[in-house]
Amino acid sequence: MSKFIEERKNVVVKFAGDSGDGMQLVGMQFTNNTALIGNDLGTFPDFPAEIRAPQGTIPGVSGFQIHFGSTEIYTPGDACDVLVAMNAAALKSNLTNLKPGGIIIANTDGFDAKNLRLAGYEENPLNNESLQSYLLHKIDITKLTRESLKDNPLGTRDKDRSKNMFVLGFIYWLFNRDIKNTEAFLKRKFINEHDILDANLKTLRAGYNYGDITESIGQRYMVRAAKMEPGKYRSVTGNPALALGLIAASLKSGLKAFYGSYPITPASDILHELAKHKNFDVITFQAEDEIAAICSAIGASYGGNLGITGTSGPGMALKTEALGLAIMLEIPLVVINIQRAGPSTGLPTKTEQADLLQAVYGRNGESPLVVMAASTPSSCFDMAYEAVRIAVEHMTPVVLLSDGYIANGAEPWRFPTSDALPEIKVSIAKEKDAAEQKYLPYQRNEDLVRQWAVPGTSGFEHRIGGLEKEDITGNISYDPENHQKMVKTREAKIERIAKYIPKQTIDQGAEKGRLLILGWGSTYGSIRSAVRDLLEEGYDVAHAHLHYIKPFPENLGEILRNYEKVLIPEINNGQLIRLIRDTFLIPAIGYNKIKGTPITKNELKEQVYSMLSIEKEIASVGEI
Amino acid sequence: MKVTQEIQTSTKIKSNGSALVDQPLLSPKSFESGQEVRWCPGCGDYSILKQMQQILPDLGLKKEDIVFISGIGCSSRFPYYLDTFGMHSIHGRAPAIASGLKATRPELSIWIITGDGDGLSIGGNHMAHVLRRNFDLNILFFNNEIYGLTKGQYSPTSAENSITKSTPYGSLDHPFNPLAFALGADGSFVARSMDRDPKHLQALLKIAHSHKGTSFLEIYQNCNIFNNGAFFVFTEKDSKPVHTIFLEHGAPLVYGVNKEKGIILDGYTPRIVELGENGISTNDLWIHDETDRTKSHILSRFFEDPRVEGNFPRPFGVFYREERSLFEQRIWQQLETVKQKKGLGDLDALIAGNETWVIKE
Repeated sequence: MSKFIEERKNVVVKFAGDSGDGMQLVGMQFTNNTALIGNDLGTFPDFPAEIRAPQGTIPGVSGFQIHFGSTEIYTPGDACDVLVAMNAAALKSNLTNLKPGGIIIANTDGFDAKNLRLAGYEENPLNNESLQSYLLHKIDITKLTRESLKDNPLGTRDKDRSKNMFVLGFIYWLFNRDIKNTEAFLKRKFINEHDILDANLKTLRAGYNYGDITESIGQRYMVRAAKMEPGKYRSVTGNPALALGLIAASLKSGLKAFYGSYPITPASDILHELAKHKNFDVITFQAEDEIAAICSAIGASYGGNLGITGTSGPGMALKTEALGLAIMLEIPLVVINIQRAGPSTGLPTKTEQADLLQAVYGRNGESPLVVMAASTPSSCFDMAYEAVRIAVEHMTPVVLLSDGYIANGAEPWRFPTSDALPEIKVSIAKEKDAAEQKYLPYQRNEDLVRQWAVPGTSGFEHRIGGLEKEDITGNISYDPENHQKMVKTREAKIERIAKYIPKQTIDQGAEKGRLLILGWGSTYGSIRSAVRDLLEEGYDVAHAHLHYIKPFPENLGEILRNYEKVLIPEINNGQLIRLIRDTFLIPAIGYNKIKGTPITKNELKEQVYSMLSIEKEIASVGEI
Repeated sequence: MKVTQEIQTSTKIKSNGSALVDQPLLSPKSFESGQEVRWCPGCGDYSILKQMQQILPDLGLKKEDIVFISGIGCSSRFPYYLDTFGMHSIHGRAPAIASGLKATRPELSIWIITGDGDGLSIGGNHMAHVLRRNFDLNILFFNNEIYGLTKGQYSPTSAENSITKSTPYGSLDHPFNPLAFALGADGSFVARSMDRDPKHLQALLKIAHSHKGTSFLEIYQNCNIFNNGAFFVFTEKDSKPVHTIFLEHGAPLVYGVNKEKGIILDGYTPRIVELGENGISTNDLWIHDETDRTKSHILSRFFEDPRVEGNFPRPFGVFYREERSLFEQRIWQQLETVKQKKGLGDLDALIAGNETWVIKE
């Protein structure tokens, strides 16, 4: 039967269920399908820190939010249009985020007495009037799944595990999608498990067909392809993108990549991704601890390779002494921090940007290094590549900051071809250079960069270490004048890198005006979306987003002085703002949210309204 | 873009793990770095440095293929005094740095220089893990049973009740038995020598080098400032014959001024015997077998305070050695296996992933 199909510009769907319900897999499959039809999109997986948190409880709810549209999309969306609730806890913890009039798809089997009790409902919300302002679809997904698998030899428990495919099939129907790519995915995934494959495929189709035959739902939706830059796209999440950037930089530089790491949420996926690609000559080393992880990377770099380590905040804290060593040795090193909410163990699966000052300052002594930040899932690729370029060309450790939000969030990526990637110049001393003059480990070029000479190169034998170096010779020196000179030189070397990074640009808005919103890291999408709206609404506002924080782009001060006010939104208690105030002596204003969740577009708009509303009113009066 | 041949061959793995080459003859002098040696006069470290400089020319290595990596402490100044590649790193972390270097540069001859504080206190974790992994590395563990550089606190190998700056009423800590630790971590080569027996030390340095795997060589080293004479009972002429036993593969365990004593194994229980008494001859003694793991553990427990009546002599030499696959070789073999199975990586295919779509103008 044909049903009415309504066109929408953009839609937010949230899949929520128990952490064992397979909502992450459903979310990722729906994301790929959405990408393939050409929608722009942003996603946000939100899962508990426990692998199997207590079943049926609110802490055990695992969610996946996707925002997709025919217009440009930069965030996973503020509020949902569609909420899939596999049980009572999933409904309870997500209902406040559902738009009035939004669609609820509830699995009635997840609302039995036990589930209601665990979620803290006194009566079943599906059966009273509490949900009347929403469009509620009650489906007994468990029963329908079992029915569709009558002939499958799997046990009931295993059959029930394919419930998530029923949901996916139904959502595909609801948004008028093709299920072929998910069928192909399942065939790949369960190539050797015939019965499980059969169960998943049957349930997926049963969910789709249910939409067609049920009388209770008369409405379907469609979202046309977005107008996006022409080119070839794929869907990508931040951590795999970052890993690909490292591999690309390894191949382009000709340096063997060595990734020393210790498992930590949310950085482990980089280790997993790199470990898959050994045919790219990547060595991955799961070290005994965070300190060994960075030290092994230092050893690899000392040997003339691309030493990389990756971690999250607590691990970063452990690496700081070794970072100081790398600063003294002046060797290339890439250190990735996928930030999470802290301090200490904090909220391991929640996002935060609170390790910026740690990256810039968090070591003993005067210990400058380069700090960069990725802003979107796909920019993790670009910034990883840049981190390698700067580390290798300037003989310095580089800290690259990402966070849990972009590490796990997905977006379409117009990916580059390898020949379009910039050159990475590697200058390692060769034996024939030795005869010309004696090697002086701390002699520098005009950018204050010393020569990289590695073991195995005759005539370049030398000793380096963590003790203060004598300028030029690198011999141990306790001379006071020398120490001051070396401290200043190390700082100047980092500052000089500003000449080799891109100038700061304005992302949206005028080059001069009332308000500049200055962001860094994963707030990019929210700020971009908010500023787009505000510009449409006639506000005099602009957005600049920093990817290079130490050193800052050369023209940043000039840009900041072109605006009457500067607003700095951060998912921390005010960190970039301190660096900006300190460096440029401007009265920047902070907007700080520290809840383990991203800043939403609307929250930011409210902040701007409160800052500019009076001016806006005056402007309106003027127009009349 | 494909992985280039250049990257794969830039680092050659040699089957024996180190580079043996024809080259101009090197002398002990050619390994002197010219840096002023700054240990206290009379320090045992001088002897270890000297024996190292003596044997380096005999190893058949190119100077540039040798790397000394140390942590922090008196012993860790060692790399500065050798004209090879060297890194004086941070406290306790030399094994981790050496691991990353060896993993990526298997052809280098890498020596870790550490001490009882650096190697078994702050760096104990790395020590355990480097031993179990079995990279082809040499670890020289200078044991002086004291913190020297921080001026005289007790170390994790100091005897109980040691009177030191941090323990004026005697230390309460139970000391580590370094060789038992190394064996417990599945070290593939475990040995002991001393600073005051140059011939033995030179021989052991060479054997440690020749072992393919992580060699753990404990060297008793006298700190004449803060712990003078800690090992004199083992190192000095009058007491050495009675309190030490020098291990030789395939030879019976005999010691004593006139080699009149021996060790027999009664089940798993070692006993000291007098040769010639009760009809006991060398034929009845424990024959040292470096490849016997169980017996090496028993030997490592010859660790009593020499002042205790009836104590076993302290063994020197190779306690245990086994040929076990090298971690760096396993790493490189896996790279090759995956390359053969999946083919050389194609960067553009990798970046594109499995599912792409095209947006047209």
